[in-house]
Amino acid sequence: MQLPNPETLLSDISAKILAQLANPELAENSALVGIHSGGVWLMQRILSQLKSAVPYGTLDAALYRDDYAQRGLKAEMQPSNIAFNVQDKHIILIDDIFYTGRTTRAAMNELFDYGRPASITLAVLINRGGAQLPIAPQIVGAEILLKPNQSLQLSQDTKGKLHLSLETDDLKASHV
Amino acid sequence: MYNPQLDADGNLKHLLTIEGLPKRILNQILDTAETFVGVAERDIKKVPLLRGKTVCNIFFENSTRTRTTFEIAAKRLSADVINLNVGTSSQSKGETILDTVDNLIAMHADMFVVRHAQSGAAHFIAQHVPDNISVINAGDGRHAHPTQGLLDVFTIRRYKPDMHNLRVALVGDVLHSRVARSEIHALTTLGVPEVRVIAPKTLLPTGIEKMGVQVFHDLKAGLKDVDVIMMLRLQNERMSGAMLPSAQEYFKTFGLTQDKLKLAKADAIVMHPGPMNRGVEIDSSVADGSQSVILPQVTYGIAVRMAVMALLGGGQSAGAAAGGLLGSSSPSSLQAVGGGSMPAQGNNA
Repeated sequence: MQLPNPETLLSDISAKILAQLANPELAENSALVGIHSGGVWLMQRILSQLKSAVPYGTLDAALYRDDYAQRGLKAEMQPSNIAFNVQDKHIILIDDIFYTGRTTRAAMNELFDYGRPASITLAVLINRGGAQLPIAPQIVGAEILLKPNQSLQLSQDTKGKLHLSLETDDLKASHV
Repeated sequence: MYNPQLDADGNLKHLLTIEGLPKRILNQILDTAETFVGVAERDIKKVPLLRGKTVCNIFFENSTRTRTTFEIAAKRLSADVINLNVGTSSQSKGETILDTVDNLIAMHADMFVVRHAQSGAAHFIAQHVPDNISVINAGDGRHAHPTQGLLDVFTIRRYKPDMHNLRVALVGDVLHSRVARSEIHALTTLGVPEVRVIAPKTLLPTGIEKMGVQVFHDLKAGLKDVDVIMMLRLQNERMSGAMLPSAQEYFKTFGLTQDKLKLAKADAIVMHPGPMNRGVEIDSSVADGSQSVILPQVTYGIAVRMAVMALLGGGQSAGAAAGGLLGSSSPSSLQAVGGGSMPAQGNNA
């Protein structure tokens, strides 16, 4: 399968986020939040293109995941850092790959423990299909339908360039 | 080698002592604790990890600070907490430790935090409980107090991040101190190159140097150029016989004063596990001074205990959880009466 160039997708969603921030009604009271790790890389690149300062933060959401009872804590957690006041902010939540919607659910629950945002918009590089919850991204770089036994990963090299890789696990069922 | 603290995959199962725990596990606990420091600084200081779980603080020996911080830690993880001061309840009526524990298991407790005056009590309970229950040692006799050792190294790491380039001194009643033993194991496992113990001969266990520490009997010589000073409480209640001439005499020779603190590095930090005996092991001006990190130790203690509970409380496969319901100590024919707890077995057969 030919994977899209993540750098192109990033410019695409950056443009959409910048357009949303240009809306004078929202601009004053907006904030960006990246979900570790891919969402934080994307957010940092988007922040570097902004002309004015926008409050931003990072979330791990590991403490809010619904698979903790089965899988425990993941090995490498990053502390969440939301230094701005979430109350009444229009938050653009940024993640790399949208799949089941469970990470987004966990991230939203964590955000609400910091305050009551005015709105949350979800921006992702890729929607790979397979949502299990009534949650969908509003800003999407590309939609690529993948099977459950496929795993799409975003990585960042030492120069900060983004890469996508697709792996298929032949031992897992390819359909639900 | 079999380690009762680790499961078959090498993950933490119980926390009984720092001795024998791999560096990987210590770092995992400390790194996880960093996340929980942030949780405590939010308006809503609670995360849902242990929702629906019950943590039992079983204290066979009195404690205020340790029990309170364990209770706050469990509550901030959304667990339900039951505090048992066994010293004042059933044990005084003659109940054995295992009967007390069995009763709590029958109430579907998920985690035990145990303090006992006898060394090995937590280990004894950990061997007895079914698979789905974790035990945390909150101090057993003179043996170990692992979460205190962990919160102390966490505090050191926050102020002095380069652990491989530190000189640390433990001062005072090492003989009676489970805290000192846990601190020494934690420091040496994490690669601190120089750990000193400073105490009169009567307050040092024989063979302490085999733990990889340098022994000093003179406070001034021992404090020279250290980065971290960890004071220990003089445990009068555990002393029998004449170990010291008097508390005043002890303060004169081993009490930490501003003058003696000057012998350490200028940016040295001063720690104390509490409760402090002001004017016995530490002068008030040092305890309340700018180099003291005694209160941050308490704050970090909550984050470290949250990390330990979060690592112990999750990640049970469905099979292990179902096995736990059946219990290891009760005949299965009696369990069948409960019915509701074992539908999976019945339906799949």
